[in-house]
Amino acid sequence: MDERMPESQQEPTVEEAQARLDKQTGAKEQPIIPELLPLPAGGLKAWVKKNLFGSVKDAILTVVFGALLGYLAYRTFGYVFLNQKVMPDGTVRSGWEVVFDGPLVAYMLGNRFNQTGLTYANVWGAIYLLTLVAGLIAGVSRAHGNVTPLRTTLKILAAPIIGVAAVLVMTRTLTPTLLVLAGVVLFLVVRWAVPKLPERVLRRAGWISMAVVAVAFVVLTGGDPSNVDKFGGLLLTIVVSAGGIVLSFPLGVLLALARRSSFPLIRPIAVVYIELIRGVPLITLLFMGRFAFGFFLPVGWQTPGVITRAIVMITLFTAAYVAEVVRGGLQSVPRAQTEGAQALGLSPLKITRLIVLPQALRNSIPALIGQFISLLKDTSLLVVIGIPELLGITEQILAQLKFKAQGFQPETYAFVCLIYWVICFSMSRASQRLETRLGVGTR
Amino acid sequence: MSAASSSTSTRPPLWRDAKVLRWVGQVVVLALVLALLYWIYGNVQANLRITRLPRGFGFLDQPYGSDIRGNPFRPSQSVWDAFKVGYFNTLRVIAVGIPACTIIGIFIGIARLSENALVRAFGTVYVETFRNIPVLVWIFLAYFVVLSGNLPQINDALEPFGIAVFSNRGIYLPWYETGPNITPFLITAGLGLLVAVLVAAWRTRVNERTGQPHRRVLWGLFTLLVVAGVGFVVFDSPLSGTVPAREGRLVEGGITVDIAYAGLTVALVLYTASHVAEIVRGAIQAVPKGQSEAANALALTNFQRYRFVVLPQAFRIMIPPLASQYLNITKNSSLAVAVGYYEITRVYSTVANNAAPPVQAVVILMGLYLTFSLGISLVANVINRRLQLESR
Repeated sequence: MDERMPESQQEPTVEEAQARLDKQTGAKEQPIIPELLPLPAGGLKAWVKKNLFGSVKDAILTVVFGALLGYLAYRTFGYVFLNQKVMPDGTVRSGWEVVFDGPLVAYMLGNRFNQTGLTYANVWGAIYLLTLVAGLIAGVSRAHGNVTPLRTTLKILAAPIIGVAAVLVMTRTLTPTLLVLAGVVLFLVVRWAVPKLPERVLRRAGWISMAVVAVAFVVLTGGDPSNVDKFGGLLLTIVVSAGGIVLSFPLGVLLALARRSSFPLIRPIAVVYIELIRGVPLITLLFMGRFAFGFFLPVGWQTPGVITRAIVMITLFTAAYVAEVVRGGLQSVPRAQTEGAQALGLSPLKITRLIVLPQALRNSIPALIGQFISLLKDTSLLVVIGIPELLGITEQILAQLKFKAQGFQPETYAFVCLIYWVICFSMSRASQRLETRLGVGTR
Repeated sequence: MSAASSSTSTRPPLWRDAKVLRWVGQVVVLALVLALLYWIYGNVQANLRITRLPRGFGFLDQPYGSDIRGNPFRPSQSVWDAFKVGYFNTLRVIAVGIPACTIIGIFIGIARLSENALVRAFGTVYVETFRNIPVLVWIFLAYFVVLSGNLPQINDALEPFGIAVFSNRGIYLPWYETGPNITPFLITAGLGLLVAVLVAAWRTRVNERTGQPHRRVLWGLFTLLVVAGVGFVVFDSPLSGTVPAREGRLVEGGITVDIAYAGLTVALVLYTASHVAEIVRGAIQAVPKGQSEAANALALTNFQRYRFVVLPQAFRIMIPPLASQYLNITKNSSLAVAVGYYEITRVYSTVANNAAPPVQAVVILMGLYLTFSLGISLVANVINRRLQLESR
């Protein structure tokens, strides 16, 4: 038998043999052919020569781009640390007054937070509950032997850590610092304690996390979801984007399943919905929520608040994108999985629920984080329909008498940019890390 | 026992027959969706009746009622005409935005793969900065901070080298002007183009027959330039450049660029370029490394390696994600409404504030955007199919 097999199947290629060997010995990638020309043997000098001054052209590029990057760094440094504004009356003010001299709370929670009857305790409570969930997930991951190296963790979290530290230093008050430190301690304690829990609990970590997140939302809104209509700033940005992705998830999964199904009556519905929504800008849907939403409800029904309507429209919008992400995940599950399940006599429903969907969802987690990032960026569009999220709140802050028409715009936007950047950058790093760890596309 | 009788005897009852259930389930879902749509439709009709708003699309023929900046549009013209102006203005953003973001994106994408560490660092800084901050924030920065907040009044406008005027009322750039003989000149130029294509085809054949370098682009361009140049002289300079000149508060000549347009387009281009760069980088990395090594073995220069070996193959991988970025830049052009550039969304928001029926107005807006989306996906699909065919 073996002799009649084609050669390519019979004899493993060099790479395959190496891969098999690696798997057996657990060795890292080892080149089969020894490097004829060894890399520059260590040392900064060799690295500089190879990477910066390899040739004359390279040297020119190095000088030009070095100058460019150096200039950018110089300007940024000056802007951040030596920012002085001369007012018309001759006084000198720091440009960062527009952030740290009062308005910081508005950037975080909006201007109408105190109208809700909630206190900062609600916000901190929610943050601690979410910290608990983060610790739980990290702990479960540790219990399963997946320890993220400290270096990687720092690479992902460096931006938020530096950002939060900078804000704490600038505000120079003790309480938030202590509260943040308490959060860090809580995270570490939970992460340490979780692996000691019985396996029975660990297996239900997903459900427990979901329940805690739900409790966090209740704590945040004080039990009255309509309070969200008075949120603003970063809090609103996060609530809307997290709410959007969570609410759109079930609809998105259903749409993806429908689109992948062999139901000739249902598939077109999913296709039309997904393509229609993906073909129009979010802003048109937001306008629809702003101006036309009430017309879709029966006569006499009360139209919900403007933020609630925005969340509904964002949910409908994101569902189409989540559906495409999940469809990608469904496609990545090998056919043999379905066939194996059929051989075991599982019903189609059970095959989807127990075999295909879990693998598909696991594979789509990194892309879902990507979708969450783009949703978070998209919530900035709410400013167009007059909702004071992180970008919209700048208008109200710049309208304060203290800052009005005195050239504080750049600093305001710079601070907002920084917040968006820190969140999006660290999340995209985390999703890259997750992608390699889940082995998407290689398993 | 025959096969037929055994299949009838083991046939499950109707309520457990998978085939029957399948169809029943589908019909039920379809009926529910249709019922939902019908319910919404009924609600819309009822609400429109109660609020005494028109139930059809007649509002499109009503006068629009306001001016459109930078356009000879009269307020008495209809809403539909205003949408047409807005549509054209959206097209102007896309027409500049798509080529610009592609070119910048390709350069940044290649920079991220450079062997020079500083060039690589520049590419990384660019990509990570632009794509992690929402495009609307970039538009705000470009418009409120860089342009309208920073440009001087028209009286002390910036006039670099006397060829352009920068003021907060508008940016005036050199442009072209057509003379009386433009039509015959354009016909001549068209003929020149035809001849150029023929010359290029001839060079290709020469190359195939003799193996001489074909240089068809150079030959073609040369032919076109000669024919067009002769036409230019014969028809007595039908085209000429104009340079904006400022006289107090008036600017004559050149082309006026609305600063809202400039801010929007620049922000969209820079933001989208960061996404294009990542696509380009991914596509180049997806080209097998052996291709590059073979090109190096043939002693191709860096430029030749990219131009003839890597980019053509990478391009094939790039097309679907690029098309989706082009769709994004088109959809994001709707954010012009935040800086007051008159494209379709802005026209819509004016209409919506003027007591037009809100549901129908949104439907028109979405329909117009769907024409862009469908158009771009159509073109992308055609290109994709042609490239895929050529490769196999």
